[in-house]
Amino acid sequence: MTARPRIMALRVAAAIPLSPTLKAFTFIPADGGLVPPSGPGAHLRLNLPVPGRTLKNAYSLISNPQDRSHHSIIVRRVAGSKGGSAFLHEEVQDGDVIEAGLPANLFPVVRTARRHLMVSGGIGLTPFLAYIAAFEAAGTPWELHHFCRPDERSVFEGLLARYPASKVNIHCDVDLAVLEEVLARQPLGTHFYTCGPALLMDSAIERAAALGWPRSRLHSESFGGAAEGGEPFIAVLRRSGLEVMVGADTSLLAAIEAAGVEAPCLCRGGACGQCLIEVAEGIPEHRDHFLDGEERASNRLIMTCVSRSRTARLVLDL
Amino acid sequence: MTIQFKPDETFRDDFRYSNSDAAVLRFPFPFPEDAYMYSVNIEPHVPGGATPAFDNPFDVDEHYVAECRERAQVLEQDPSRCKVLPHMMAAQWDTLELLMESLATSYPAHFTLTREGTSWTWENRPLGIRDSFTFGDASTLPLPPFEYITRQAQGDFTLQDQRDDNLFIDAGMVTTQADWSLDFDVGMSFHQWHGPVPLAHQKGVFDRALKFLLRLQYGAPVRRLNWTMTVNPRLDTSPENYPQWGPDRTTLTAENIGQKLHLRVELQSLFRLPRSNAILFGIRCYLCSIEDLARVELWGKRLHRVLRDLHPEIADYKGTTRFREMAVAYLAPFDDGAELPAGTAPRQSTLPPAALPVER
Repeated sequence: MTARPRIMALRVAAAIPLSPTLKAFTFIPADGGLVPPSGPGAHLRLNLPVPGRTLKNAYSLISNPQDRSHHSIIVRRVAGSKGGSAFLHEEVQDGDVIEAGLPANLFPVVRTARRHLMVSGGIGLTPFLAYIAAFEAAGTPWELHHFCRPDERSVFEGLLARYPASKVNIHCDVDLAVLEEVLARQPLGTHFYTCGPALLMDSAIERAAALGWPRSRLHSESFGGAAEGGEPFIAVLRRSGLEVMVGADTSLLAAIEAAGVEAPCLCRGGACGQCLIEVAEGIPEHRDHFLDGEERASNRLIMTCVSRSRTARLVLDL
Repeated sequence: MTIQFKPDETFRDDFRYSNSDAAVLRFPFPFPEDAYMYSVNIEPHVPGGATPAFDNPFDVDEHYVAECRERAQVLEQDPSRCKVLPHMMAAQWDTLELLMESLATSYPAHFTLTREGTSWTWENRPLGIRDSFTFGDASTLPLPPFEYITRQAQGDFTLQDQRDDNLFIDAGMVTTQADWSLDFDVGMSFHQWHGPVPLAHQKGVFDRALKFLLRLQYGAPVRRLNWTMTVNPRLDTSPENYPQWGPDRTTLTAENIGQKLHLRVELQSLFRLPRSNAILFGIRCYLCSIEDLARVELWGKRLHRVLRDLHPEIADYKGTTRFREMAVAYLAPFDDGAELPAGTAPRQSTLPPAALPVER
């Protein structure tokens, strides 16, 4: 029994340039019907077919419509990117169909917070557009500080125009010192969220921590999350006499299964321990929650569903 | 598929409850091996399994109508069995959406969901319910969304909020429970509410399970089976009602144990909810008398071995100490000691009228 990640086909209903480097996309289901529901902080991982490979880029959803009529994102064209944002800006047109994974959320709102303070930089505003819509609908207090280049100020002002000016603060200076006073005056029960360039997020979190904010109240966006894929390697199945190529986007377990070898498994998430296999040669890259420190250090065991190899070859007792 | 419901069943007082042969054969028998020990026995909750009980996200069977009535009765006597903390409103709508969509897709003969934007109409024909409401506007439903929909589903449900790298049980509809109290546990963290379970903490079961669940993804639900034993087909074995069901254990005799003692299996499912990022935990309870279970040859033999060799601490925690020996003695004549295949599928498509003793 296998649970495969679900893929959905989305049709571009609108692709609207907001500025020379920002473009807003609205997607609807290619086959009609409804898009899957999502919540504030969720992202979509789009499969972008660029020459020679398929990129899987994650973009924050800027709204979570109750009626599930569409998904919306804003994409910044990154100079010198791997090509995903350039592809979206230049190749993708109204009516095109793009594949995407189901929405996932690695940056959720803390529902017990009494107040939400957000600090974003540039395109890092996108998850907060979804946050703010949810806070406004629920009547939860919030405050936003957005940092951007002067030439993009009007674009971001436009995106936030419907909200009270008293809650929206747009800064075009590079100095985050303004946050000092903001962080110092928040009432107890406030949660702090930041999204944007790593330098901005780190600096904002440091300032808050230095002022005595507990770490559990500080949140930053990260698309890292559950590690999937990695360097390709070869798994040698000693008992079966097979050599299996494990590609960058495939798990060891999936590669073994694709080779027609039955391997034990259950949860496929690194927790249950069923897929444990002995390692005869090579060094595993452990990504599971099952093995203890001693077992990891021994390099003699691997959980095939999530873990990979640090060496080019990994010989397994399978 | 149309299900023949048995609306007159009761789970208290006169215990008018029985499983049809088909219901016995679809029982989610929980023991793939002759020995039982705690483990993180989690698997993807995808359609298909050892019996048809695993065919749908939320299983509906012949006891549906009677179980919903029993739930209403429990709530009438004790409204604290349904509790929702104020920050769980998004998760309430998530639950309603997931249950309505799933039931309407799995059982179109019994449930229909019609949607125009956020204007929804829900029809539950077995319970005679038809309501139109605005999705997202709780004032348009006769009850809060979580209570409204879980009154129309079999099994208990809890909602876990995720924060601080932990899960908190911040809502629940719990009327068919195996001796735990939502009123007591509400608001607790993952390790707190699992505190009473013996042995499993030391084995690291809960640490691993929590790490796994924190990464549970929308669209990839998981399930596991849990079990205990209950005297009489009683769904509400709550701590609150212990004076009513505790004494049942003293009523067992060698003559009546086959009919009175039930294996109680929970088909537990876990769904990441997309709007709230909370986790919905379904605890679907199945009851089958050991007399009926023994009509499935593999199950009778295996249950005998599991109960005979059960770790004393687990036997005690599951409340079986008083009657375990008697149950083992009842099942022993059906077990020839032959080696059994691994797995839980019944391996027979019909049932004999009664289990027959075997030569040892």
